[in-house]
Amino acid sequence: MNNILVANEVSKQFGSHIALNKVSLEIPENSIYGLLGPNGAGKTTLIRIINQIIYPDQGTIFFDGKPLQAQHISMIGYLPEERGLYKSMKVGEQALYLAQLKGLSKSDAKIRLKYWFDRLEIGDWWNKKIQELSKGMAQKIQFIVTVLHEPKLLIFDEPFSGFDPINANLIKDEILQLRDKGTTIIFSTHRMESVEELCEYIALVHKSEKILDGKLSDIKKAYKNNIYKVGLGVQSSNGLLEDLKDKFQILSSEYVDEGLQLNFTVQLPSDDTGPFLSHLSGKANVNKFMETIPSANDIFIRTVQSK
Amino acid sequence: MGKLSLIIKREYLAKVRNKSFVVMTFLSPILMVGMVVLIVYLTKINDNEVRTIGILNESNYFSTDFQGTESTSFVKFKDIDLQAAKDTIQKMGFYGLLYIPNEQDLEQVASRSFFYSKDAPGSSLLDNLENVFEDRLRMQRLQELGVSVSDFESVGNNFEIKTATFTGEQNLKGITEIKAFIGGAFGYLIMMFIIIYGGFVMRSVIEEKTTRIIEVIISSVKPFQLMLGKIIGTSLAGVTQFAIWIISAFLMFGVLILVFDIDPSAINSGANNAPGLIGGAAYVAASDSAMQLYANELFRIPWIMLICFFVIYFVLGYLIYSSIYAAIGAAVDNETDTQQFIFPIILPLMLAIYVGFFSVFNNPHGPIAVGFSLFPLTSPIVMLMRLPGGIGEGGVPIWEVVVSILLLIITFIGIVWLAAKIYRVGILMYGKKPSYKDLLKWLKY
Repeated sequence: MNNILVANEVSKQFGSHIALNKVSLEIPENSIYGLLGPNGAGKTTLIRIINQIIYPDQGTIFFDGKPLQAQHISMIGYLPEERGLYKSMKVGEQALYLAQLKGLSKSDAKIRLKYWFDRLEIGDWWNKKIQELSKGMAQKIQFIVTVLHEPKLLIFDEPFSGFDPINANLIKDEILQLRDKGTTIIFSTHRMESVEELCEYIALVHKSEKILDGKLSDIKKAYKNNIYKVGLGVQSSNGLLEDLKDKFQILSSEYVDEGLQLNFTVQLPSDDTGPFLSHLSGKANVNKFMETIPSANDIFIRTVQSK
Repeated sequence: MGKLSLIIKREYLAKVRNKSFVVMTFLSPILMVGMVVLIVYLTKINDNEVRTIGILNESNYFSTDFQGTESTSFVKFKDIDLQAAKDTIQKMGFYGLLYIPNEQDLEQVASRSFFYSKDAPGSSLLDNLENVFEDRLRMQRLQELGVSVSDFESVGNNFEIKTATFTGEQNLKGITEIKAFIGGAFGYLIMMFIIIYGGFVMRSVIEEKTTRIIEVIISSVKPFQLMLGKIIGTSLAGVTQFAIWIISAFLMFGVLILVFDIDPSAINSGANNAPGLIGGAAYVAASDSAMQLYANELFRIPWIMLICFFVIYFVLGYLIYSSIYAAIGAAVDNETDTQQFIFPIILPLMLAIYVGFFSVFNNPHGPIAVGFSLFPLTSPIVMLMRLPGGIGEGGVPIWEVVVSILLLIITFIGIVWLAAKIYRVGILMYGKKPSYKDLLKWLKY
């Protein structure tokens, strides 16, 4: 697959503080890529380097195979975490200005703005002043301005902050549709449930270094540790649990349904479930057998804490 | 270039549409003219008060010398003693009493005379009274010396040395000051412009920081473009405002002159209207021909050159200072944090104005004047004060102008480069009030 953006050992230092230390990334085209990490890990620095707001001390960024250049600015859309609008300007005027700064002609920008304003049902805001809008309303304008010039690469830094759940869903759907149209999306967030929902790839940045990256499903596979949730139908507690505890590593267990159901979690030595299941056969009815996959949240916490 | 002009346009419109800016633009000339009218009016009221002064003259002198003026009238007392005169004055509500005793000769009379009044009298009133005595004494002494009054007048006492440059150009005494004053007006204009509109640039940067729009913008344009666009846009708004001020001030003064029927020449002649009794006519006559010379000299000031240099020094000086203002705006989070950084900017400006008025007026080509007109942070103001004297022979040496402009350009490039660096880092820094040390560190980022 084609990589829209490649970072090659990018380093950046502010005074004595190392903000990024030889970070390399490959962001496949037409994917949603989660850029994760605790506060101050260096995510924003990396994003600013991609947006050519600051420049790396070492390393190179390639956009679509070519070293990053000024002309690429119009192919990137960036919604910063710290975002705002001119308070005293009117909504339409301001959106036009920002769109033109991205290289759109005035007439083009007007047509597209009309489309997006109607789409997000804010058509009648055109002549309002920003200071009359609520925070969520302003966020919608910012979202529109970010995607208006139809960039190949979109970078969203905490896009859902400030949105109520309904509007957050609306924006999420828009992001997915943009992906379906071929846009690549870099998604920087702390909200792990949205990572789980949206991201195909992730990279984890911690203390200025990339400590983990790849396809989310692959990472989950690598991080699963053969833990299964099992439910057995039993007649009576005829020493089955003790037998199992002898032979396997039982992490927790409980009887429910007046002793007729035994629920437990077990960690198997490998991902071969054959020996365990054949041990059970004949002894009890297997009602439930489910592998527990680590959540992105688990992976995040485990990786960061182990460092 | 397209993006830069977009930014300039937005900054210009944002400034020009701003309500307080509009109010200031149209209110200031009204306020200014209103102030002038008020001052003229108040002065008139002040002058309109007529003070009545009693004169108790027991001597043989001064019987006809005290003539009433617009602001004072005299009442003569006869055949009463001093105490009675004082009582009468107070009863009648008069302002004061001039007592001239009877003595043997004029000198004695003058030295024993006394002026009593309700409160400490103003100096103009005393001057008027003293003038009468002085004139009388002078005439008496001249008579004693055997010199006639007309002889004394013909001797005259106003001598001016005629001056010229080596090429033979005639100089007029005082014209240096007038020229420096014209240059000073230009310099002062630059200083005011820098302080007002530099502050606007700074507040505009702070606004972008506090509204958090800055990162959205600089993901589209280079920080330097934004800074430059902001400076240019704001200064165009400033030029617009200045133009409106100047035009409307002229219009309003025109209207005032028509409405109140003030004769402009009357104001002029009133100014040099304080000659004594003797030699007054001669003085006026002399000043008339001098006025002619001064007027000629003013026409000879190379106005076109002066305006060209004004534009050069104005643009360079303003760009230097406003980029420093932009850097300060970028470094801080709110306006209250700017004080510590603003003072060092204002300092050279004030220094330039004061050095200009004290040093350049006295000696436009002295070492201090030369030094400050070369130093780039003060040269836009000080050099403009020197330039009305011309360039080359008799004026500012050409090399000084060249060096001063070159230094200014080098400084301009250096300062803008430094300011852009601080700006670039500062606009993305939130929360911490930076120290000078931090700013130095930012230069290395």
